[in-house]
Amino acid sequence: MSTETTDVLIVGSGFGGAIAAYHLATGGAKVTVLERGPWLQAEDFDHDYLLGKSYTRAFDFVAGDGMSILSGNCVGGGSVVYFAALPRAPRFVFERQGSIGRRMWPAAIDRDTLDPWYDRVSSAIPVKQQTWDDISYAGGLWAAACDNAGRTANPVPVGIDNGKCTNCNWMMAGCKFDAKKSLLFNYLPGAVAAGAEIRPLHEVQRLERLDDGGYRVHYLHVDEEDYRITTGGGTIEAKIVILAAGAGATPVILQRSEAELGPMPHAVGRYFSGNGERLNTAIINEDRAREVLGLERGDGKAYEANQIGKGPVIASWDRLDGSLPEYRRYSLEQLYFPPGLGTILAQAPGADGPTWLGPAKKEMLRRWQSWLTIFQIVEDDNEGVFGPPPPTGNAYRISQQMLGRGPLSYDPTPNTLGAWAAADADVRDILERDGIATVLPWTNDLVGAYTVHPLSSCRIGDDPATSALDDRHELRGHPGIFVTDGSAVPAALTVNPALTISALAERAMPGIVAAAQARGIKVSYDGSLPDPATTKPLLRPGTVPLSA
Amino acid sequence: MHPVTQWQDDERLPQPREDTAVHSGTSDEQVKTITLEAFADTIVPGEKRDPDDRAIAGVSTGGGAVQSGALEMLHHPATGITAGLESLVGMLNGHATAYAADKGITLDETVPPFVALEFDDRAALIKILTAPGHPEKSGWVLLALFCNMAFDSAAHISTHDAIAQGHPGLLTIGFELPQKDGLWRFKDYSYGRQFAKPHPDTTATGSPA
Repeated sequence: MSTETTDVLIVGSGFGGAIAAYHLATGGAKVTVLERGPWLQAEDFDHDYLLGKSYTRAFDFVAGDGMSILSGNCVGGGSVVYFAALPRAPRFVFERQGSIGRRMWPAAIDRDTLDPWYDRVSSAIPVKQQTWDDISYAGGLWAAACDNAGRTANPVPVGIDNGKCTNCNWMMAGCKFDAKKSLLFNYLPGAVAAGAEIRPLHEVQRLERLDDGGYRVHYLHVDEEDYRITTGGGTIEAKIVILAAGAGATPVILQRSEAELGPMPHAVGRYFSGNGERLNTAIINEDRAREVLGLERGDGKAYEANQIGKGPVIASWDRLDGSLPEYRRYSLEQLYFPPGLGTILAQAPGADGPTWLGPAKKEMLRRWQSWLTIFQIVEDDNEGVFGPPPPTGNAYRISQQMLGRGPLSYDPTPNTLGAWAAADADVRDILERDGIATVLPWTNDLVGAYTVHPLSSCRIGDDPATSALDDRHELRGHPGIFVTDGSAVPAALTVNPALTISALAERAMPGIVAAAQARGIKVSYDGSLPDPATTKPLLRPGTVPLSA
Repeated sequence: MHPVTQWQDDERLPQPREDTAVHSGTSDEQVKTITLEAFADTIVPGEKRDPDDRAIAGVSTGGGAVQSGALEMLHHPATGITAGLESLVGMLNGHATAYAADKGITLDETVPPFVALEFDDRAALIKILTAPGHPEKSGWVLLALFCNMAFDSAAHISTHDAIAQGHPGLLTIGFELPQKDGLWRFKDYSYGRQFAKPHPDTTATGSPA
């Protein structure tokens, strides 16, 4: 049997994989991208909660012990299913020490040195600022409540073409209207135009080192409908491997490879952060929203607009203050969480305390259109640890799609619990003021904490004891393996992380190209970027002919 | 008629179904059905389908998880829990028996033990089974999750069919109707006003400094 080879094998097609694919392919390398999920595009993105539609096809929900992760599972990864909020991380984040008593980020990286890379990603996607006319009712309500409490509130920079947006709030199932500028509109079509090959439904299981210093990558084919089924597999040999399977999967692949690759750095599968995320659900008193905040939609309603909008559009950044102590700095972002993926976790005030079930919860559900969800992004303590990997993938799959049980355990420290408590109190202060709402956090009892932004499970740093990667994103002790996804981010960011993950991937590219050159790959780095004005959306092969 | 008004027309609510309204019985299938219905009704309660309904405790008005199709949901092969339902039913009734003994509750033996519990005891038992540290927690959380999904998103049937059928859960949460092509678009979505001052340290790119 002939051996399949490539120059660069990229695992995953989300932010970390797509950016790497673009630069290495445009630079002249032969690039192969293996993506575990299906290849979906506008006509596949359904407005339908039925199991098996894009709402479950494009997602991965892995329940762990104390932490569950919701992440993308399709070509384009998280960019296809996320809410496209793209703020930069505040300056103090890069100085964080966490619990290790010294700066967690590499000395080479701070906000100033990362800003040029933020600029590049912002231009390629592109990231736009929103006007107040773009702000949904839910965002307006949150801004008004913040103002009522003497706070500021900011429109969040987004990767959305508001001219095409219908405010349908189905964007977690993929954008039907091509308004969300996912990676299917910039880096990925640029990479494919330059010759990169994307193979969907290929789940990488492990790596093996070759005598020449390259790697053999082992994958399984995943059934396109029932992800519990794999149908054979294969191997590809590459001179360089870039892991970008997401912070819930990259460390699992490395752990499974340890028997053949040799010992992994201590930080592989440790220091996981859920980006400090936690949700609160407020039930708005419509009368008070009108009387206190002056809200009026023009149709007799003050609010009752939970369903309308485009995810998070307004954030409170008053506590993003570097003079505050660590674990007391956070953002509070208005969010939409659709039915099916978290409603069960919202708590109602019950006779015996907060409850997620029963008649009190039913009464809360009757008020669903008056819900306002607030997303807290605090500084957690990187306390997540991955246990032994499952036989395949990153979870024991339970359902046909989406739902599985994974090896992550997360036992929040007093620092993290204190940060959440402070943020909970702040949300209450803003929203319960003047009787505007009653608000409670989501329960952590059922599926643990819940993150949509897994980070740090294979992080960069200067200290080999607490970081798996050097500041060039190369895996310590395993030359030629790089990690460019959210697992490389050292710690929680206090804001949505996609732009920071992407900026770090952009920053890593010149070094990875140099490493590729050193391994004999004919590739160069010219610093080009996909032009959003001229790039055509990526379409599945067979939909239209792809560029030769 | 305004779409939302039409959607809230009570005549579109499903009528009680004799085939699922199992009140008592001894066959394994009847025990399974009535026990799972009682579990689902504890997660999102509804009103009794008729006065003799034993599965539904009747602590809420309107449709709950049972009327929303929780049993159909649990039997949908995509969930991955269908094969385990019989075991869960047996375990649940075992836990109910132990719970009743612990609390000094005498159970009506004409129905399965979990069904024989009053609503508050059913809820208390489910909270025990789903609490952090319970060795069977994963299974009970999954069961609760799918019962809740039947109500809040009708994920066992097409959302458009659910709307056409007057799905009790979507009706209860006030889910808006789609446009004629089956897609949701909201022409009116913004107050169009600046409600707050931005943070003074916002950069020119709109990010935190």
